[in-house]
Amino acid sequence: MNTRSAPSGLDARPESLSRFLHGLPGVDEVGVAGRAAGLATRSIKQDSKRWAIDTAISMVDLTTLEGADTPGKVRAICAKAMRPDPTDDSVPRVAAVCVYGDLVAVARETVGDAVHIAAVATAFPSGRASLEVKLHDTRDAVAAGADEIDMVIDRGAFLAGDYDLVYDEIVAVKAACGTAHLKVILETGELRTLDNVRRASWLAMLAGADFIKTSTGKVSPAATPEVTLVMLQAVRDFHVRTGRRIGVKAAGGIRTSKEAIRYLVLVNETVGDAWLTPDLFRFGASSLLNDLLLQRQRMASGHYSGPDYVTID
Amino acid sequence: MTFEYAPAPESASIVDIASSYGLFIGGEFVDATSGRSFKSVNPATEEVLADISEAGADDVDRAVRSARTAFESWGSLPGRERAKYLFRIARLVQERARELAVLETIDNGKPIRESRDVDVPLVAAHFFYHAGWADKLEYAGLGRDPRPLGVAAQVIPWNFPLLMLAWKVAPALACGNTVVLKPAETTSLSALAFADICRQAELPAGVVNIVTGAGDTGRLLVEHPGVDKVAFTGSTEVGKAIQRAVAGTGKRLTLELGGKAANIVFDDAPIDEAIEGVVNGIFFNQGHVCCAGSRLLLQESIADEALASLKRRLSTLRLGDPLDKNTDIGAINSLEQLERIRHLAGVGDDEGAERWTADCQLPAKGYWFAPTVFTGVTQAHRIAREEIFGPVLSVLTFRTPDEAVEKANNTPYGLSAGIWTEKGSRILWMADRMRAGVVWANTFNRFDPTSPFGGFKESGFGREGGLHGLAAYLEASDD
Repeated sequence: MNTRSAPSGLDARPESLSRFLHGLPGVDEVGVAGRAAGLATRSIKQDSKRWAIDTAISMVDLTTLEGADTPGKVRAICAKAMRPDPTDDSVPRVAAVCVYGDLVAVARETVGDAVHIAAVATAFPSGRASLEVKLHDTRDAVAAGADEIDMVIDRGAFLAGDYDLVYDEIVAVKAACGTAHLKVILETGELRTLDNVRRASWLAMLAGADFIKTSTGKVSPAATPEVTLVMLQAVRDFHVRTGRRIGVKAAGGIRTSKEAIRYLVLVNETVGDAWLTPDLFRFGASSLLNDLLLQRQRMASGHYSGPDYVTID
Repeated sequence: MTFEYAPAPESASIVDIASSYGLFIGGEFVDATSGRSFKSVNPATEEVLADISEAGADDVDRAVRSARTAFESWGSLPGRERAKYLFRIARLVQERARELAVLETIDNGKPIRESRDVDVPLVAAHFFYHAGWADKLEYAGLGRDPRPLGVAAQVIPWNFPLLMLAWKVAPALACGNTVVLKPAETTSLSALAFADICRQAELPAGVVNIVTGAGDTGRLLVEHPGVDKVAFTGSTEVGKAIQRAVAGTGKRLTLELGGKAANIVFDDAPIDEAIEGVVNGIFFNQGHVCCAGSRLLLQESIADEALASLKRRLSTLRLGDPLDKNTDIGAINSLEQLERIRHLAGVGDDEGAERWTADCQLPAKGYWFAPTVFTGVTQAHRIAREEIFGPVLSVLTFRTPDEAVEKANNTPYGLSAGIWTEKGSRILWMADRMRAGVVWANTFNRFDPTSPFGGFKESGFGREGGLHGLAAYLEASDD
C-alpha cells in the first residue's frame, strides 16, 4: 500500500484528497483479471455449496427499480423477501428489499421489521440534481421507513477530478441518513478503469460509507468479478488502516447461483470470512434469487425442477 | 461463518495405468533387454503406480537405430505432410486432455488445477504451433532450404513431464528430425501415454522413441555415436557433464538448466497484483520450476507492507490432495527432492535467515513441504544463490534501481527475471539490463509457444519455442 501521503489513522479527511487518492497503488488490470479467473475455478460442491446458497440468499437485496413499479409489485417482492420459497420454511429471508423512495412506505407496511428496506436516493441512477434535491430525496426515504440508503456518487465530478465535491456530498447524505446505513454506489461501469474503482472506493470509505456498491444496475457493465475484487481489496486495506469494516455490495448482472458462489469465493479469499455475512456483503439482484432457490431445491431433492416451481415476483 | 470447501476431487477413473510398461521403440512397446525395471510412485500417497522398464545399452542402441531408420523417410517427407501428423497429435492431446492432466497429477504430484489449466493446454499449443511451422521452414531465417539434423536425443526433467516433452518433440518433428526421448525416472507415465498418442496418430514407426530409465540411461543416450543432436533440460550439474561428454563429437547441443530468478518489486508496483505474481512465481508447481522467481527483491521503502501482504496471501493457499480441484499446492515430486529442500531450508536457518511458514496441515502420507519464506536474506546466503527447486522464497531488499539490477544479475544463473512497476520507462530500462533469457514485466511464469525460452550463463544456451527455437533443430542452408 503506497499510501504514505495520507495522515495515519485516516480519521480525518486527508489534507489533499487528490494527492491521497492518486498516491494509492495502481491496479494492473491483466493481473486482476487473472486473479479473478483463477478464483472462478474453485469447485464448490455438496455441503459447501448448500451453505453458500443459503448464505447468498441471506445476502440478497431483492430489488425492483422500474418506472413501472406499483404498490402491488412492491408488495409482491416484499412477500417474496420474507418467504423466498413458500414450500420450504428452512429457506432464509433475504437481507433487504430495494425500492425507489416513493415506495418505501408500501414496503415497510408489508414487511414490518422482518427485513431491511433499502431505498435508492440522491437522484438515482444518474445523480444529476442539486445537493439540496439529493438530501431531500434521502430524508424522504428515511422518513418513510428506509433503514438503508443506496446513494449514487457524482461520477461527473469524480471524472473531472473534483474529489472534494464527491466527498462533501457523501458526508452530507450520510448526515441526512441519520441512523440509516449508507451504501455508496460507485457506478463502476462509468468509472471504467480499475484505478478509478480503487480511488472511488477509498473516497467513499473516507467520507463515511457503510457499504460501497458497484452499480445502479442501469449501466452496463454492472458488477463484475474484477471490479468487486478491487473493491474487496480496498475494504480489506481500509480495515487494516482503521480497524473499521466496510461492506461491499455487488449489484447488477449477477443472475446465477454459480456466479453468486464465485463472488462468495472472492470474498472468502480476499477479505476472509469476517465479511461472509449480510452485514458486510450483499448482492443487488432480482432474478438471482430464483436461481438460488432452484439450485437449493435441486440439492435437496436430487433433481432439477423448473421455473414454475419458484414464484415470480 | 466459515466457508469450508468440501473435497472436490477429479476422478482418477479416467486413467488406466498398466502394472508394467516396456520401452517405446519402432512404434511399439517392447521389453527392455536389460531386464531391469524401477517403480514409479504417486508422491502424494507413496503408492506404487507401475513398474517401468529401465533401458540399458542395447535398448538405447535399438532406439537410436530405429530413429535413424525412420529419419530416412521422415526427414525427406514434405513439410505439409509432417504438419498433418503434428496437427493430429495436437488434437489428440486435446481430446485426451482430462486423462493426461489426471495422469500427470498422479505421477508428478502437481495440482490438477495446474495440469488441467496450464500443462496440458500448453502441450497442445506447442504441437499446433510447430505443426504450422513444418511447411514454412524456408521462412525461419536459416536460408532457403534448411535441413533437419537427424536423430535428436532428448532428456527431460520431472517438473513438467509432458510439457517438456512437447517443447522438445514438437520442434524436432516439425523440422524433420526423429527423436529418442528419455523422461525423468520419477515421471515416465505421461511420456508413455504420449507414445500411445503417437500410435493413435499413426505417426510412422521410429519417429518418436521413448526409453525410460534414470541417469545411466540418459548418459547412454547422449553419448551414443548415432545421435546428431542432444537437447537437455535439467540441473546445471548434469548439463555440464553432458557438455563435456559431447565435446568434440560434432553433436549439436542445447541446454536448459537451473535458475535463481529475481522477482523485483518497486515501490510504485501494482502491489496486489505484484504479490499475486510473486506467489505464482515461486509457489506455482511447488516451486519445481527452473525459471521460478525464487529471489524476491523488494524495494526497502515498501518491504514491510509487502511482506505483510505476502504472508496474508500465502495463508490462503490450499495445500493437499493434488487431485482436488481446489488445491493450490501439491506434493513434492520425490523423497529425494524433499530432502534436498529440507536440507537447503536448514542451511537458511543456520545462516541466520528468518523462516516463516504458512500455517497449513501437511498430509500424513506423501512428500510435502509447506510454503516457506525466508526474510533477512542477503547475497551472501546460500539460499540466495543455490537453486532450491521447491516452495521456498528468499526475500532480499534493495534501495535503488541500480542496486536492483546488480543484485538480480549477481548469480551464476540467468534464466528469467520479473519486474513489477507501473512505470513503463523503468520496465524498459530494467529489461535492457537483466542478464536473463526471459524477462517478465508485471506478470510471471507466463509461457507461450511463440515466445523463445532459454538461459544466460549457467542456465544454459539455445532457445526453445518461437522462431529461435527452430534453429536448434535445423542446419542452415547456404542460400
